[in-house]
Amino acid sequence: MASAREIRRRIKSVRNTGKITKAMELVSASKMRRAQRNVLATRPYTDRLYDVMGELTMRSTGGSSNHPLLQAHPEVTRVALITVTSDRGLSGALNSNLFRATARFIEEQRGLGRAITIIAIGKKGRDFALRTGQSLGSEITGLGDSPPLVDVLPAATRAIKGFSADESGRYEFDEVYILYSEFVNTLTQRPKLRRFLPVEAPGDAGATKVDYTYEPSREDVLEQLLPRFVEVQLYQAVLESIASEHSARMIAMRNANDNAKELVRDLTLSYNKTRQAAITNEISEIAAGAAAL
Amino acid sequence: MPLRLEIVTAERVVFSDDVDLVSAPAAEGRIGILPRHEAMLTILLPGEFHYTKDGVSYPFAISGGFMEVLPDRVTVLADTAERGDEIDEARAEEARQRAAARMRDRQSARELMLAEAELRRATVRLQVARLRKGRPNR
Repeated sequence: MASAREIRRRIKSVRNTGKITKAMELVSASKMRRAQRNVLATRPYTDRLYDVMGELTMRSTGGSSNHPLLQAHPEVTRVALITVTSDRGLSGALNSNLFRATARFIEEQRGLGRAITIIAIGKKGRDFALRTGQSLGSEITGLGDSPPLVDVLPAATRAIKGFSADESGRYEFDEVYILYSEFVNTLTQRPKLRRFLPVEAPGDAGATKVDYTYEPSREDVLEQLLPRFVEVQLYQAVLESIASEHSARMIAMRNANDNAKELVRDLTLSYNKTRQAAITNEISEIAAGAAAL
Repeated sequence: MPLRLEIVTAERVVFSDDVDLVSAPAAEGRIGILPRHEAMLTILLPGEFHYTKDGVSYPFAISGGFMEVLPDRVTVLADTAERGDEIDEARAEEARQRAAARMRDRQSARELMLAEAELRRATVRLQVARLRKGRPNR
């Protein structure tokens, strides 16, 4: 059994770690609340955009508008995956769940004979792509806790550019997917895979049946609107992942805290036992000594 | 009949209230909107955006986006939108000069395009900021 002093030292170190995890839990809790607010703040914009999109695409299915971002490529041989991960660790299983989903996706696509390019948002996802030898199309790291829209635009631009035909009519990507952490609630975050391009036009569910006058023309409005739609979807995925990151970290830290407390309790018990054993030992030695005299 | 104006960006709701008149830099020229306007969907160009309420005009700087007009409601989906009184004139001026400098030492056609857009936005912000200054009592 360890000596009383060793156990005491151990208790102190566990307590200190517990203080750190407690602080991290509190910080994550407040960051999570802000991140959730940020997600909600984009809703009015996305909802309106969604309605307008529905309106435009519903009418254009019968019309002449065949925007390239809406068109599926006849043959799919190259696929891009945007992975949204956190920059930092200590967030429980959040990133490893994403990695597992990434690996599964890659395997599936490989099985179909498709080449994969990763567009990484977040350090962890980039490191994963590099570690497993994937081809990395571009990366964004260091976004912080509430990034403005412009900070995530490069990834959207990259995806759109790759999906659109270049001068010689070739495509770099035939399909683009996005994998991020869906924020279900504080306790649950799920890896979520969605097709990003070609754009899935929303149905006419929310669309108001209004006859708009378009200025300059419906095609021009759609032309401008589609990239926005794509960008804002990416933005929302990023914000949701940030909220997920903080809540995952908060839960991980809370568990660490509970573990620390339990450990301190156990250690205190064995410390007391050791101490009592030492005292008993001493007394019996003294008693034996006294008896021997 | 009131006209409800909502200005939203991807990051937040910038403005939401009933107004009397809206003046916006639409794709085919500046347009004014009163209640009972016909339904319209238009692209907005970077420029000054105003609304008037009780005879007072309030400016915003908008860097492009969309506007949906319905008889009783105007929704602006702006790329960025700033209220005139939120803009720091000194910083706007600085940004304009930076954009102008970048335009001078542009590298490619694409960069020139970006720098030009940047310069246009910066100029609009500055104009709006100055407009605001002209009305010190509000």
